[in-house]
Amino acid sequence: MSTRIQKEAKKENLLINMGPSHPAMHGTIRIMLELDGEKILNSEVEVGYLHRGFEKICENRTYFNLLPYTDRMNYVSPLINNLAYVMTIEKMLGVDVPERAQHIRVIMGELSRIADHLTCIAAMAMECGAFTVFLYKIKAREFIWDVIEETTGARMTTSYIRIGGVKSDLHPDYESQLKTAIKETRKVLEDVDGLLSKNKIFLNRTKDIAVVTPEEAVSFGWTGPCLRSTGVYYDVRKAHPYLVYKNLDFEIPLGERGDNFDRYYVRMKEMEQSLRIIEQSMEKIPKSSSSASLMAKGIEPAEAIKASRKKKTEERIKLSSNLEGSEKDAYKGILTDDKRYIIPPKEDTYTSIEGIINHFKFFMKGHGIRPPKGEVYFSVEGGNGELGFYIVSDGTDRPYRLHLRAPCFHIVSALEKMIHGHYVADIIPSFGSLNMIGGELDR
Amino acid sequence: MEEKKILEELNEKFPQKIRETSKLFGDVAIVIERESLFEIVAFLKNKPYECNMLLDLTCVDYKGQEPRFEIVYHLFSVPNNHRLRIKTQLSEKDLIIDSLTSLWRNANWLEREVFDMFGVHFKGHPDLRRIFMYDGFEGYPLRKDYPLRKRQPRIPLRK
Repeated sequence: MSTRIQKEAKKENLLINMGPSHPAMHGTIRIMLELDGEKILNSEVEVGYLHRGFEKICENRTYFNLLPYTDRMNYVSPLINNLAYVMTIEKMLGVDVPERAQHIRVIMGELSRIADHLTCIAAMAMECGAFTVFLYKIKAREFIWDVIEETTGARMTTSYIRIGGVKSDLHPDYESQLKTAIKETRKVLEDVDGLLSKNKIFLNRTKDIAVVTPEEAVSFGWTGPCLRSTGVYYDVRKAHPYLVYKNLDFEIPLGERGDNFDRYYVRMKEMEQSLRIIEQSMEKIPKSSSSASLMAKGIEPAEAIKASRKKKTEERIKLSSNLEGSEKDAYKGILTDDKRYIIPPKEDTYTSIEGIINHFKFFMKGHGIRPPKGEVYFSVEGGNGELGFYIVSDGTDRPYRLHLRAPCFHIVSALEKMIHGHYVADIIPSFGSLNMIGGELDR
Repeated sequence: MEEKKILEELNEKFPQKIRETSKLFGDVAIVIERESLFEIVAFLKNKPYECNMLLDLTCVDYKGQEPRFEIVYHLFSVPNNHRLRIKTQLSEKDLIIDSLTSLWRNANWLEREVFDMFGVHFKGHPDLRRIFMYDGFEGYPLRKDYPLRKRQPRIPLRK
């Protein structure tokens, strides 16, 4: 079957494929170009090479089970995906999240946003030939991922933010680590600003190329840094504040022309604001109720189970800190106290009948988290823009329908229009500045 | 309340066309007649409501109910900062609805996605093809009667 461009293309022009396996196409997108020499007369973007049936899988998983799938949507900032999903469910259930958990969510979310922007600019600059920038940015991202890894236990597929709070408390030594990450990121941002923002080659390839007007951007459903680069003031964190963003002081950087350079520059400025948010949140975060020294002490699990057969044990149990629900002490600060929505602490599950009932009620088929009947839409500000979930619940333990509003999908749909009339070489920075993430685009 | 005002004015302007309005979990939803979708949405897009962004478009398959499909539009107004959910119902026998491609440019891909996943046709769409699935894919994967692990037949090599 022939596609639109194959029908429309004139015989004398060259029809060429860019991608799907082309290093600058970030893996999984195909652009068919009708060229006159180097000039793009017409183009067609084909997506779907990374389609994994996310929405279909989710309809067949319980609300708790499908959380790891959300990691795999925008795989550069998985924590924001977790956040968007979890907060949608919380909106349906009406769960109150402790303030400490909210601050942890903000810190983790902003770190992910920085990692996302760093990756975008790194790739974009590298494809324009600035390999140094790529290395610098990846170096900064490593520091950020160190913090994320220490806290969540994983670099990319975190599944850290849970319904009712977060999985575990911050690492005892997180503060110094986070301060190092902030310091190093600031330094890299300064270096990169010096390398790129007044660089003649970079400016020639980005200034006044692929210009998008504010009207067009809104009509294409753009959100996030791409929309703000055109000068439209819209950020979910300001427009519909969630978590503790209301109490934090930050600005929304705006662009003027909506070209490639503005998209780069808005991202650079936004990272600085994210660093500011993290610093404020670090100061405002309430103290943790758990202490690190307690974690290692206690009796062996086998002994505790044996003892619990005779009477209820009061002693602490030595549990691996990686074990789900082992942080009983910290629960008060990081998880809601509503027992219906959280995994009971492992100590209770092992040693008390209430704990084991609670555990089974949570994981048994047909039980667990069951939001009330109805439909809900909730969105957060993701790395690329408004990341929203639309969930229809029929009162069972699985979503009846789950739809992800992926910001990428709307942004990439404008690519055909953006590159029209430009040269083949302009595709690379234009496409790079959009920050297409295959997992989110194709779902 | 901004939303309440919109609902009242809509009811006044389009009597009989609005089937139901509801507010659940803080989201305002309006169920409208299929025939007047374009008219109502175009009305909302203009001043004074200025729902100038099509935030999202999707479909829900209520298998076993009549009408079976429900198309869900999320509109957003950047200047006024309010969201609105518009829903309209389609029966399985007559799966066709007006395309919004002339109002919003992202409707093009969003409608292709709904066509791809549910088989809903959009009247007036310039290029209604599958978007995620390939040509030759059989069935519509997000319908409730499509099994999770269904296998597809092999397609011959393209020439």
